[in-house]
Amino acid sequence: MAEKFDAIVVGAGPSGNTAAYLMAKAGMKVLQLERGEYPGSKNVQGAIMYAEALEAVIPNCRRQAPFERAVLEQRMWLMDERSHVGSHFRGTVDGEQPSRYTVIRANVDKWFSGKVQDAGALLICETTVVDLLKKGDRVVGVRTDRENGEIHADVVVLADGVNSLVATKAGLRPAIRAHDVALAVKEMHFLPKHTIEERFNISGNEGVVIEMFGKITRGMVGTGFLYTNRESISLGIGCMVEDFKAARVSPYQLLEEMKNHPSVKPLIEGSEVKEYSAHLIPEGGYNAIPEIHGEGWVICGDSGGFVNSVHREGSNLAMTTGRLAAETILQLRDEGKDFSARNLRRYRKALEQSFVMKDLKKYRDLPEILHGNRQFLTTYPELLARAAHTMLKVDGVDKLTKEREIRRDFVNKRSRFGLFGDAIKLMRAWR
Amino acid sequence: MTTTRVEEKLFENRYRVDEGRAHIAIKAPDICRDKCETPACTWCCPAGCYTKTDDGSVILSTDGCLECGTCRLLCSEHHNVEWSYPRGGYGVLYKFG
Repeated sequence: MAEKFDAIVVGAGPSGNTAAYLMAKAGMKVLQLERGEYPGSKNVQGAIMYAEALEAVIPNCRRQAPFERAVLEQRMWLMDERSHVGSHFRGTVDGEQPSRYTVIRANVDKWFSGKVQDAGALLICETTVVDLLKKGDRVVGVRTDRENGEIHADVVVLADGVNSLVATKAGLRPAIRAHDVALAVKEMHFLPKHTIEERFNISGNEGVVIEMFGKITRGMVGTGFLYTNRESISLGIGCMVEDFKAARVSPYQLLEEMKNHPSVKPLIEGSEVKEYSAHLIPEGGYNAIPEIHGEGWVICGDSGGFVNSVHREGSNLAMTTGRLAAETILQLRDEGKDFSARNLRRYRKALEQSFVMKDLKKYRDLPEILHGNRQFLTTYPELLARAAHTMLKVDGVDKLTKEREIRRDFVNKRSRFGLFGDAIKLMRAWR
Repeated sequence: MTTTRVEEKLFENRYRVDEGRAHIAIKAPDICRDKCETPACTWCCPAGCYTKTDDGSVILSTDGCLECGTCRLLCSEHHNVEWSYPRGGYGVLYKFG
């Protein structure tokens, strides 16, 4: 292929599709390369789609995108071995559309990719980008695994996912570290629509999301999740890769334990599992974000580490980084400027001014705090479950004695000083 | 507790195996056998692609690989894993993702 493009986008996930769509729509000659059989076939997510981030790209997406269920109810469970203490938020605000939808990634990526192609981008699947072409410091194209697979472009958008192999190999960034990523495994449990609606007290397109913390991760930093789709349940669990290594725990073993937890088991009873997937999630936060622009290139989405692990947000950051990258590139084109590192710095600036960097900065210390303070994941869930059990058990013991017992339990486990210190640590991490 | 073995889990997935062209390789098998004291690949790989044999060697079978990249990151001491994505179109083909 001796052809030259205005832009090459590597990857057809949410960030790559967003960037390719906006650039093609604005008249650029865009080539998008995807290593899977079709867009989505290599992509894994929980998955929650944030409609507003998608709406900023495709305004009427809610009416046409293949969303599964609108999240009506969010449950947070702090779990010990046999029980959980939880909080629910259920409800809608009048006149406000839902902002979160459960999705099946393969369906959404295929749909989004259709939009990208309609906008005029050329999509080539089953093609892995193996390296970047450089002229001095400047990236001038990509090398694929196809015969004569060198393709040139004025700018390359790297949206190739969490492993970020292309940028790493080309020396644009250091390799990601086990310290900064979580490994999540997931199963797709199929159940009849009416069974899901009965079990979760929902109807129509309403959905429930359950986030689980505590002993189900055996003291490792991580979370479990259950998302209701139309006719299936996405059930998964993820922990930091370093923690799996140190704890000598297999991810699939952890998933099996979670499926057998008394709070989870009845919800998936009788389901048929149709897929098992695994994926890395970049959770290093602000401090782990590499250089995201340079001479003729930008990085978007997971490839740049854009995940807010505290709020389980990823696809919205992916789409927003893809959008801001495309907008920067289009601005420069309109101003007749080239795609030098100096000019592409606008992308970084736009990100700094958006919620993307603001949120990531807010929680920049949290990954390290959780690393060094396992009590938040083990001791506290256990204490809270025991406290709830003590207060709710009607056994002839007066309530004041029960309160004293609970207080003693907390102080014994963490000491007064420890409790105070933990509160300060959490406040500082949240600030 | 009822548990499903990882082999049974992988059985539900769709793959297009690139016969004879594994995308991951152990660079020097003797390093796994003689030098590695924490073969985390043997318990962390979500597809169970790495197994330890009786003589301490580590055997890799990439057919069930989920292409997550975990093994590449784990082997940070010896850098003994050669890792790339499969050729375009090959490997795991997620139906749902």
